[in-house]
Amino acid sequence: MRFHFKTDYDHDIRLFPDWWNFSLYAALLAVMVALPFVISSFYLGEVTNVLIWAIAGLGLMMLTGQTGQVSLGHSAFMAMGCYTCVILMEAGVPFVAAFVLCGIITGVIGALIAIPALKLHGVYLAIATLALAILADDIIVILSPWTGGVNGKFAPDLMIFGYEINRWVNPGAWYYMALVVVLVVTLIYRNILRSPLGRAFAAVRDSEISAQAMGVDIARTKTMAFGISCAITGLGGALMGLFAGAFNNETFNFLLAIQLLMMIVIGGLGFIHGAFLGAIVVAFLPQGLSILTDQMGRGFNIPGLEMGVFGLLLIAFIIFEPHGLYGRWLKLRIWLELFPFARRDLFRRQKSYLKTERLR
Amino acid sequence: MSLLELNNVTLKFGGVTAVNDLTMSVEEGQVYALVGPNGAGKSTVFNMISRFYRPAAGSITFDGHDLLKLKSHEVPQLGIARTFQNIELFDRATVLQNLLVGRHRLRRTTLVEEMFFVGRARAQEREHRLAVEEVIDFLDLQPYRNQMIAGLPYGVRKVVELARALSTKPRLLLLDEPASGLSVEETQDMRWWIDDIRRQMGITVLMVEHDMGLVSKVCDRVLALDGGKKLAEGTPAEVQSHPKVIEAYLGTGAISKTANAKGERV
Repeated sequence: MRFHFKTDYDHDIRLFPDWWNFSLYAALLAVMVALPFVISSFYLGEVTNVLIWAIAGLGLMMLTGQTGQVSLGHSAFMAMGCYTCVILMEAGVPFVAAFVLCGIITGVIGALIAIPALKLHGVYLAIATLALAILADDIIVILSPWTGGVNGKFAPDLMIFGYEINRWVNPGAWYYMALVVVLVVTLIYRNILRSPLGRAFAAVRDSEISAQAMGVDIARTKTMAFGISCAITGLGGALMGLFAGAFNNETFNFLLAIQLLMMIVIGGLGFIHGAFLGAIVVAFLPQGLSILTDQMGRGFNIPGLEMGVFGLLLIAFIIFEPHGLYGRWLKLRIWLELFPFARRDLFRRQKSYLKTERLR
Repeated sequence: MSLLELNNVTLKFGGVTAVNDLTMSVEEGQVYALVGPNGAGKSTVFNMISRFYRPAAGSITFDGHDLLKLKSHEVPQLGIARTFQNIELFDRATVLQNLLVGRHRLRRTTLVEEMFFVGRARAQEREHRLAVEEVIDFLDLQPYRNQMIAGLPYGVRKVVELARALSTKPRLLLLDEPASGLSVEETQDMRWWIDDIRRQMGITVLMVEHDMGLVSKVCDRVLALDGGKKLAEGTPAEVQSHPKVIEAYLGTGAISKTANAKGERV
């Protein structure tokens, strides 16, 4: 077990608590950078897919994990990010600028939508956002002069400063692009968490009433959370559409939003690691299942098997490990660090029933 | 002019008059207590000052500002901090993070500065941390600094709530039952802290408290409420011996029987 002897406030402010921790993440980054030289282009594509899911998941995590607002409508913002990016590129905006702009535009529109929606709490907010996700499909069809409607759109060629990035020609470049976006988004996420805004998010999540008593503007904070969340998810959506190469109104249907929510619950709500672990599960489970059913023979190839397994996984996690995969790992790590002194009830928390919710 | 003034404040919930034509004023530097039986309207007064409830009639002013014009998140900007009767901490955050939320009203960074942690962000974090450390030292919270609220015992949570309120650098501190559920030793600590908050920090304190022992030791003025109405106001001794107060707590006819009962509790 490591003890941190802190001699400076910066020990708590900086991103990595110690050199050991820093070197672990540095090693992980080195592995990620080396990956295109090690694995085949098929698996590289799968890893790129994981990274894209992780970006979209980080967006929803900001809203649901940090601010405690459930959204089942984030597929709509993925679509918005994707269509905005491609429409901007078709209008002649260079890819890098279009990509950043699509995030900002999605964020602003998300924040505007949030202003009325955030008067709703809990399950009502979930239903309102679900309606948004279902509506998005129709809106894309109605706006077919811009969106291509049912026929959809093809992703244009991606050029970064004169260098072409094509999934089939140079998958390594695509992978590095996704990796850079992941790194930037994760850094922004961490920075928000260690500044007043991130603490305001946690305050709104845990007790709105006392957040107000501390001077946190609930409506403004929720709107900011929604905006930042939608911006990040929009970036994820843009990458997903561009990576797929073609997309139409059904690419970003509401099942995607539900998958996104399942992903962060399975990964671990409120943890950055949770978004990545969840993304690994979501991206690799279909492949794993198809490999498995291939081996078992045709009889096991049931339609809808994938969604069924997802559902079962989600239920299992909510019942047995509400903190998700990352929460399970944290417990395992403490168990190992304390070995053999860990007790069975180490993580049992006393429930607090005294809450001033009646003031709502 | 008093620091906090309530003039003819009335609040009704449906047919129930929770606070009825209440007038009171708290002077700067005082420790002022509201006492009264359960349901007397004490916490309702607090919730009106924090603007969770809007009174049907009357006015509330703080240092010349009309509080009724403000939204509840704007009240702390004037320097009013509060604690809650049923602890309202941010459970899934550490003690340190809870106290830093108390500094929220003093932040100066913009969204972009926070997102990229550039400009004033780092200096501001250090500054907030220093201020919070002073509160931690004052209330002896050092052992709990990095612990999650969810695992802390009740007595410590109570102190963390006080610490979070102090972190906002208030001029007026509203304490809703600071000693409820505390042991004898913890109540003693609370007493010294309230004394120090007034003397060293120069913060005015308005509190709701049932423990008359604590009230008589720390308070300058006491106001007794029952059924939303003011029964008596004055020094702790005056209020405790006031016939209407004894009647409210013990019922009619109790005055003659307990004429000389001036113990710790009314």
